[in-house]
Amino acid sequence: MSKAGITVATADPPAPAVRRLPRRRGIELALIVLAVLLSVYGYCAVGLAQHGTLPPGAAGYGAGLGVLALLAHLAVRLRAPHADPLLLPIGVLLNGLGLVLIYRLDLETPGDRAAPAQLVWSTLGVTLFILVVLLLRDHRVLQRYTYVCVVAALVLLTLPILFPAVNGARIWIRIAGFSIQPGEFAKVLLAVFFAAYLAANRNALAYTGRRIWKLRLPTGRVLGPIVAVWLVSVGVLVLERDLGTSLLFFGLFVVLLYVATGRTGWIAVGLLLAALGAVAVGRLEPHVHSRIETWLHPFASIDAGEGPNQLAQSLFAFAEGGMLGTGLGLGHSVLIGFAVKSDFILATAGEELGLAGLSAIFLLYGLLVERGYRAALAVREPFGRLLAVGLASLVALQVFVIAGGVTGLIPLTGMAMPFLAQGGSSVVTNWAIVALLVRVSDSARRQYDGPGTP
Amino acid sequence: MTRHIRHAGVFCALLLVALLLNAARVQVVQAPEYDRSPANRRPDIARYQEPRGDILVDGRPVTGSKDTREHLRYERTYTDGPLYAPVTGFASQLYGTTLLEQAEDGILSGTHPMLAPFPLWNDFTRARSRGGDVVTTLDPAAQRAAYKGLAGRKGAVAALEPSTGRILALVSAPSYDPQPLSGNGAAATRAWRRLNADRDRPMLNRAVRQTYPPGSTFKVVTAAAALDAGVVKDLGAPTDSPDPYTLPGTRTRLTNASRGCRDASVREAFTLSCNTVFAKLGVEVGVTDMTATAQAFGFNDSALRVPFAVARSTFDTSLDKAQLALSSIGQYNTRATPLQMAMVAAAVANGGQLREPYLVERTTRPSGSTLATSGSRAVRQAMYPSTAVRLRALMREAVENGGGRRAAIRGAKVGGKTGTAQHGLGNSGMPYAWFVSWAQGDRDLAPRVAVAVVVEDAEAARGDISGGGDAAPIARAVMEAVLKSR
Repeated sequence: MSKAGITVATADPPAPAVRRLPRRRGIELALIVLAVLLSVYGYCAVGLAQHGTLPPGAAGYGAGLGVLALLAHLAVRLRAPHADPLLLPIGVLLNGLGLVLIYRLDLETPGDRAAPAQLVWSTLGVTLFILVVLLLRDHRVLQRYTYVCVVAALVLLTLPILFPAVNGARIWIRIAGFSIQPGEFAKVLLAVFFAAYLAANRNALAYTGRRIWKLRLPTGRVLGPIVAVWLVSVGVLVLERDLGTSLLFFGLFVVLLYVATGRTGWIAVGLLLAALGAVAVGRLEPHVHSRIETWLHPFASIDAGEGPNQLAQSLFAFAEGGMLGTGLGLGHSVLIGFAVKSDFILATAGEELGLAGLSAIFLLYGLLVERGYRAALAVREPFGRLLAVGLASLVALQVFVIAGGVTGLIPLTGMAMPFLAQGGSSVVTNWAIVALLVRVSDSARRQYDGPGTP
Repeated sequence: MTRHIRHAGVFCALLLVALLLNAARVQVVQAPEYDRSPANRRPDIARYQEPRGDILVDGRPVTGSKDTREHLRYERTYTDGPLYAPVTGFASQLYGTTLLEQAEDGILSGTHPMLAPFPLWNDFTRARSRGGDVVTTLDPAAQRAAYKGLAGRKGAVAALEPSTGRILALVSAPSYDPQPLSGNGAAATRAWRRLNADRDRPMLNRAVRQTYPPGSTFKVVTAAAALDAGVVKDLGAPTDSPDPYTLPGTRTRLTNASRGCRDASVREAFTLSCNTVFAKLGVEVGVTDMTATAQAFGFNDSALRVPFAVARSTFDTSLDKAQLALSSIGQYNTRATPLQMAMVAAAVANGGQLREPYLVERTTRPSGSTLATSGSRAVRQAMYPSTAVRLRALMREAVENGGGRRAAIRGAKVGGKTGTAQHGLGNSGMPYAWFVSWAQGDRDLAPRVAVAVVVEDAEAARGDISGGGDAAPIARAVMEAVLKSR
């Protein structure tokens, strides 16, 4: 622990347990109700814009979302009474908004309805959330399963190689008519593994090994396994052509390594490796090379007379939104074509809700990440800290990679926008992330409540 | 560790800031540029979201809109496609717009700023008003008469109201139906290819976009120039002109199609359509005065809009005497659109005053209230009023005793001039039959209609081609239709 954070209220040693922190479950409930109402309002707005009448499913939709959210809320009340009251409502609001956007796009593509399946997956996600909150009484239990996690993650990552590629990426497996992206689940498992492993070995990483100039190299025995895991996962991803996820793992790895060891050198090494990897992959992979070309010249295909590519269509959609957007149900983001409900879902939000709505969505994600970090700062043991940082960074990096991609900030890599995008695996995974954050934040705030609380 | 967690948190915050700034860049700063991109279909979608305004003839719309329930929702329909195509043009989702559809597109598609409820309202709300209507000056009876007269032939008709410049008929044959071009499917592409490959060029608007050598009809201009310049004082006095006439400075000899042209008076020469007399007359008037008169009638003017652009009719300004002689009888480099020749007849009929022709009476809001009226158009004095009076007499005589007999209408004063124009290499092409005329009912204070007719491929032996035979009956039908309609 550093002594630099003097201003930090949560720095050790613990304050005497006189102060009882308010649990704020009522606030959580109010926010959940607000989130459900906002989603229902959006749903109605879509119906009014498209048909001039309230959509028939509005009540059912609201009731479904409300019941799910309330059940999750009850689980939190029962088993994580001290948890941060913002985490669950943000998840509910983003998920509800995602359902509205997908429903809205379904109206334009009658042959391809995605909203019902997404609703099923959301139900599964919330169920998983409830299960995690109810069954995982303490997040430290996860430390026992460090190696189970890593093996499971690697298996999940390699599974899709056995299945045919879809749109140039081998990231799906098909079971009983459902297509699942196992890589999504692997994200959480790897985050758990990294957190647990680094929590156990951070001193060895930071203070042992040879010194070369100013950089202290940890011993191979400590560093070996983690680099091996990371290399294998990245290698698999390059094979599967899923660059977004590989970028994500890389970022997660560097962030956790830095937080665990406090060595700035890791950032330098990480950036160097990233640059090398990017150059190598960009040279070797035509798929990636074309993505970078598209990012540099999004309108080149138009000048070449081939019509606008997806990124150009996405930029057109964002531009059409302007400050306040066209209004839900009144945009034409469906012009983007395939992946409009998954990778490019943000373009619909940008076009129909405008810069105002898009910023609000970004800020919701920012708030979620910030609450994750806050839990990390509040909790006392290294595993909890690293786990919360890892999960929050996972969300932050995902949002940055895909949102930056569709708005032309960075080269586009396929990835699901957490909670918003169509994609069952992604929704379920993100609910698991929120559940783990709830668990960590609960234990972080419980310690101020003193012992003997029910 | 706390410190490093904070650092990592700051890093995530920076990512968020980058996203927010970039979103503002794309959605606000660069949005106008992206919106203008030709590949962005949103303006098109917005454009076809509402039914297009209509083009009205005599109070009835000749266009419509059909809801296709596709992305580009409304398609243009036409009630009498081929009849009005030279006026309306087409409005295609694939190939853009032409003629009135193009010139009045702002009104018809609702983007015209005057259609907004308040100034700048649409710019703020990014909304689009519903399209307004365009009321034309056409006389449907005259239009139909011209269309029927040209049936099965190649040619064009333009009819004007001399006192105002209102265009009463504008017909080009063969015509086409603009409706198949309206959509954006394979059918539209097929229609487009077929129409463009057609050797008869149905999409060419011969009345305003094609120039022809006006032939003998140009003698009206030459006579006006001679009278205005004082070269001719007495129309009945014999002119000192040989038959055949050797073009000055050459060995080329100009002949006539009819007899009795040697030393004929201008009146006789006009009735008989003597090339020799008018060629010599043009030389006597000189390039300067001939050019001035031709340009006063509207030749060499490329700025005319009715509201769509009209092809420039030409009278060459740098000529030697031989070329001037040929130019004066409507050959050499003299070329005119049918509309231009209708303007010549109208100027004569209107006492020498030429009213600029126009096609749009007024534009209205979708509610029917008037948005703008055409107002009075520019007036030009093409010739002295006295000259116009004498020319009118000449033209009436040409109808009564000359080649224009077939244009005579019972109970009306009709003046006209026939023309047969040679063209092609060594005059090998089928000559064009021309007729320009004006008509005044017995009860009218002034002539009510001026017409120009050109027929490209009169189906007759070459020798028989004459404006009097092929074009005059069509002109007569059009004039009768106008005189009948009150």
